[in-house]
Amino acid sequence: MSDSDSDSEFSKSWVEWFMSLKGNEFFCEVDDDYILDFFNLTGLNAEINCFQQALELITDSLEKYDENMVNQIEKSAKELYGLIHARYILTNRGLMKMQEKHRKKDFGLCLRANCYNNPLLPVGLSDTHKKAVVALYCGCCEDIYRVKQSKHKSVDGAYFGTTFPHLFYDSFPGLKSRIVDPEPSKLRYVPKIFGFKVHDIANIHRWQDKHVERENSRIAKMLENS
Amino acid sequence: MSNFYEKKPDYELSTDSSEDEEALPWITWFCTLLGHDFFCEVQEEFIDDEFNLTGLSQMVNYFTEALDIILDIDTEGSQEDKLEGDEAAMVEMSAEILYGLIHARYILTRDGLERMALKYENADFGYCPRYYCQMTRVLPCGVSDVPEIDTVRLYCPNCNDMYSCSSSRFNNIDGAFFGTTFAHLFFETFPDFLPKNSRTSAISTLGPNPIYIPKIFGFKVSEFSKTSSRMKWLRMRPQDSDSEMESDSIPASAPKNLPLPPDLNATVD
Repeated sequence: MSDSDSDSEFSKSWVEWFMSLKGNEFFCEVDDDYILDFFNLTGLNAEINCFQQALELITDSLEKYDENMVNQIEKSAKELYGLIHARYILTNRGLMKMQEKHRKKDFGLCLRANCYNNPLLPVGLSDTHKKAVVALYCGCCEDIYRVKQSKHKSVDGAYFGTTFPHLFYDSFPGLKSRIVDPEPSKLRYVPKIFGFKVHDIANIHRWQDKHVERENSRIAKMLENS
Repeated sequence: MSNFYEKKPDYELSTDSSEDEEALPWITWFCTLLGHDFFCEVQEEFIDDEFNLTGLSQMVNYFTEALDIILDIDTEGSQEDKLEGDEAAMVEMSAEILYGLIHARYILTRDGLERMALKYENADFGYCPRYYCQMTRVLPCGVSDVPEIDTVRLYCPNCNDMYSCSSSRFNNIDGAFFGTTFAHLFFETFPDFLPKNSRTSAISTLGPNPIYIPKIFGFKVSEFSKTSSRMKWLRMRPQDSDSEMESDSIPASAPKNLPLPPDLNATVD
């Protein structure tokens, strides 16, 4: 953040300013009282440098600081906010906020042709920060995709966590666009040459069909026995 | 895709500048337009051979005029000048469709496949958006061979799946200009381009084709949950394609490797 930026937007709270940054569209606003409850921050002071100052900056109560440390505090504050965010979106209120963003399709749409523009959710591949970039999870094909825009390529996956999309669908099962009795042929792209299936791929598809049948009957049997 | 061609193609805007580029053949000019990055240049000899155009005259309006535009032929004192403004635009649009349909046929020939192979090597068509495909290069393909049905899509040889283009500039490109066959014929012709193990890789979470496993706080989601994953099969491959395909019985090796929760009975209770 350059100084001129912060001066002109002095009236904005730090969180508001952070949310307005380019590339931070995936984040939702964490409630102040969630950040202020120290219980929610357990363990984060070990992961973040200048934890105290960073926390003060987030809550707009930073008064005394070393001029040379400004950049470090700024960076720490962003990391800290990300990690708090990862915890917050697993709470009831956080899930509700993310549901709103999911409804508005803020995270983009699945590019897979047979998912028919299913809205995506952000997911991390690790809960430790600085490990992996954020990815996008599709509830229809249950797979993860790279982010499309380069501005999101610098967003850490740990700021959303590995749990979030799955807990999200567990909390809002209605939002998961699953076909009740999935028939593989309708959900899968079948490559064809002049109208004929490709041998190798057709083999894989036959195996998949058999596999689904097997799994379904196995699960049905297990449910019966229990 | 009802209003597929409603949006004015980009080249309409640049008609003024085309005056300066009169020397440029129409085909070359067409292929350099924004959003036409996927097209390769069709050889004129291919278009000259009427056999290659069989049936296209019924599919395209103003067939002869459009063909003349493509081949830069000035017929009888430039027929283009005689046409009214609206008509000229329609002929221009027909030329685009005609070129696309010829292109779809051309890229299935030896020459065409080789030209597309060069583009594929340069990754001109982009990369697969799937995380675990690790930037596998994709090929353009269509959902239908009939124009005005759907836009161009991308085929990934690693996950054998089809994706939309992430860039909106390809939203106006018809899938029929590449056809349903091309991507697959391409990999049959050049099997070296196929990613390793793409057709026979093992079921695993770490192997060359990892499958994403949803976890909540580090635990796999129970199979009996309403929201548990039911689409994992989509990315699965038989472990040993040859031996398993022959037998109808359940392969002994497969279930062992399925990513199951460690203690199923506990989850049921």
